[in-house]
Amino acid sequence: MASGKRNVWRALLAEPLGVMGGAIVLTFVIMALFAPWLAPYDPLKIDVMHKFSNPSLAHWAGTDQLGRDLLSRIIYGARTALGVAITATGIAGLAGILLGLVAGYGPRWLDSLLILCFDSMTSLPMIMFALAVITVLGPSTATLILVIILVSIPGYARFIRAQTLSLTRSDFIMAEQAMNASNARIILRHLLPNVVGQLLVVLSMDIPVVIMLEAGLSYLSLGVKPPTPSWGNILYDGYVSLRQSPGMVIVAGIPLILATLGFTFLGEALRDALDPRLQLRTLT
Amino acid sequence: MSAPLIKVDDLSIAYASEEGPLQALRHATLEARAGEAIGIVGESGCGKSTLASALINLLARNAKVTSGGVMFDGRDILSVSDEEKRRLRGRHIAMIFQDPMTSFNPVLTIGEQLVDFQDQREGLSKSEKRQQAAAMLKRVGISDPVRCLDRYVHELSGGMRQRAAIAAALLMAPQVLVADEPTTALDVTMEAQIIHLLRELRRDYNGAIVIVTHHLGVVGELCDRVYVMYAGEVVEEGSTDDVYHQPRHPYTQALIACDPANLHEQTPVLPTIPGRLPDLVNPPMGCSFAARCARAHERCRNEAPDYVEVGPRHWARCHEALS
Amino acid sequence: MLSYAIKRIGLAVLIIFVVMLAMYAMVFLVPGDPASLALGPRATPELKHELMVRMGLDQPIYVQVWNFFRNALTGDLGYDVWSKRPVTDMIAEVFPNTLFLGAVAMSIALIAGIGLGCLAVVWQGRTIDRVLAVLSVSMISIPSFVVAIYLLLVFAVWLGWFPAIGAGEAGDWGSQFRAVVLPAAAIAITWVGYLARLVRASMLEVMAANHVRTARAFGLTQAKIVLRYALRVAIVPVVAIVAVGFGSILSSAVFVETVFSRPGIGTLITSAVQKRDFPVVMGCVLFMTAFYLTVVTLADLLMAKLDPRVRDTLRG
Repeated sequence: MASGKRNVWRALLAEPLGVMGGAIVLTFVIMALFAPWLAPYDPLKIDVMHKFSNPSLAHWAGTDQLGRDLLSRIIYGARTALGVAITATGIAGLAGILLGLVAGYGPRWLDSLLILCFDSMTSLPMIMFALAVITVLGPSTATLILVIILVSIPGYARFIRAQTLSLTRSDFIMAEQAMNASNARIILRHLLPNVVGQLLVVLSMDIPVVIMLEAGLSYLSLGVKPPTPSWGNILYDGYVSLRQSPGMVIVAGIPLILATLGFTFLGEALRDALDPRLQLRTLT
Repeated sequence: MSAPLIKVDDLSIAYASEEGPLQALRHATLEARAGEAIGIVGESGCGKSTLASALINLLARNAKVTSGGVMFDGRDILSVSDEEKRRLRGRHIAMIFQDPMTSFNPVLTIGEQLVDFQDQREGLSKSEKRQQAAAMLKRVGISDPVRCLDRYVHELSGGMRQRAAIAAALLMAPQVLVADEPTTALDVTMEAQIIHLLRELRRDYNGAIVIVTHHLGVVGELCDRVYVMYAGEVVEEGSTDDVYHQPRHPYTQALIACDPANLHEQTPVLPTIPGRLPDLVNPPMGCSFAARCARAHERCRNEAPDYVEVGPRHWARCHEALS
Repeated sequence: MLSYAIKRIGLAVLIIFVVMLAMYAMVFLVPGDPASLALGPRATPELKHELMVRMGLDQPIYVQVWNFFRNALTGDLGYDVWSKRPVTDMIAEVFPNTLFLGAVAMSIALIAGIGLGCLAVVWQGRTIDRVLAVLSVSMISIPSFVVAIYLLLVFAVWLGWFPAIGAGEAGDWGSQFRAVVLPAAAIAITWVGYLARLVRASMLEVMAANHVRTARAFGLTQAKIVLRYALRVAIVPVVAIVAVGFGSILSSAVFVETVFSRPGIGTLITSAVQKRDFPVVMGCVLFMTAFYLTVVTLADLLMAKLDPRVRDTLRG
């Protein structure tokens, strides 16, 4: 097993895009974790005297329409983006695993019902579903996270369910059951270790989508409530003041693009590294 | 004796590979005359598929001709322009493919493809081409040819698919017909039917037929002459009768002895030829078969044997052939 | 083929029903109600009650759902809470714009994507191919509304080549086309790279397939082989992806329309959500779900027509 992990690392590091992605992701993670120490100013501090200032030594990224330092807001924005993304994806992943196990192991009627629910949720464009929920619950960060969780669950649940189903039909599971191994033991010892790798890939590919969704909804003023900084909020502020300060929009868009690209490259490299066919190549 | 329709002349082909050029075909020479059916037999890796590809002029991108050529109609077809090569294919030299299931386009009907294959024929309208196709399908033994024209390949049975493949090859009345493992994808019953069909078609077909296979029995049933290949070389050639009943090359002898059809008594273990194929990136200096030959001696390992005549139109590449 | 079609449509209808049910259920499971949320903290009970009646939320849930569906079938999707205009009219007014935007965006993406994909096959391995590989991964990950804002900044504000706002004058095709270019480009750009890569992969797989070799062996011209023997087979998975991608294009349209202040379903539903206009949101969601499911079902049927193997696997 140790050699398997080493091969994964080696494959991962071999991809230049993956390394770049990893570096970008690491940067943003550090930004998110250490925001209070890294940000030069308080992101909420208003200083109307210096509104719309261009990038300067005092304000590396300039200021927004209320004089707030943009660099600080962007750094805290990373905290928002990653916080929402990881929370939502984490919870959705756990819920998805549970529901997937229930669907796979439970009675047929429950499985059919769950599948119908999942199909319904995915037959709606994500954004429509999100908007509907937000109308009912009112826009807030909590609603946003809930929406993202609801939208992501079907994907994970379906994946786990498929793994469960194929496992229950496999021979070695039947052998285990013949030996009276409990279902819990089967799940823990056989199912989860097999799927952990692929699940990680799916999760990491989802994070850029979630970041985009959060930014998009915040941009529509339906996500994270101002004045809490979110890349989407900052973009909105920039959009509204486009004629007065075009720079704001450019500055706000860059971290969003970099973050989504970075996570996507990393996710792709991870997927390639964990591909069992490629692993075989590095082993021989 | 008439001039051969197609002649492979000292042909050597190498594939580019990571370890160096892989010499799949080494100075192979053969010829086929009008009305003649020749067989090319050998195990996997002997170069027969490469030879078949060369005949039809569809060599892989990494294949390089290092010597000789294929002479047809007075010129080397391997060195003509791409456009000329395209014009030769199907029209003058046609191939019956190994796996008809994947060789036909899955989203077009058989009829649409058979009409497409007649593209090079000028002066015929589409419906006339369809008629030709239907007629040929009937000729190969498909009972309801018109319905077959409107079917997709996955809707046909294995035997019908192979018949359709044969019909496709014959459509343009080519001068040379190359069959690449025509029965390998079939079960025994269908194989017998196809062999029967091919034998029957020979009566009306005036061109040359080349059958490439690892199956000795098929060649025995259909071919006048046979070429035995090993490690990229032709090691023996002659009339099917001569080669099968009086094989002179140790490899041919071993092949025939190992053929399950030739076993006359029960045996717990099927006979095989010990050893492995030689490395074709660095072919051996002497005889290619020396490492596996029971009768090999010093000279065989060091000196490549000449191609000697061991009987009337019967040749073998062995130092001991005449003994 | 017919039974397959019926099954797909039936499933789609069932799904719409479930979605609507879920949305109504949400209203009741949540503390507080849409009326209070819409009116804010200074709402008096009378005002709230009146709004609830107008939203139709004072009836028991099953009555509401029944009414909603009965009305929907006759084309009545309720009324806008504030302007009292029929939701159906509001949708009918703006949907053509969104449809136009989606169609143009899809066309650009398909033409450019398929074209680039085929070219990548011809230039396989060379620099252009590798650049395209990186680009395709990148572009699909970038949010389309960011691209939209940048395009707006560069081409509308700075260069002034295209309008920054609106969908052009009704009846004036020229102005409508000029207005749709930037939004459609914003959506299409993210998709072109991905489609190109998909077409390339599919084509490479098909070009190496046996049946292409056969076609070559019969002396068919390269053009015919690429079009009839390669593309025809390779396009099938592309159709599947495009159908699913249509939902994504619709989602992008929501944002892009907002950026360009372009009247459409996107701006309609966004402002409705901002105003907590429940009937409009419900109406839009129902409509878009039905539309999206129609597109997916049609794509499924198209796939079955293009690839006869699909038909047979379903019969059995």
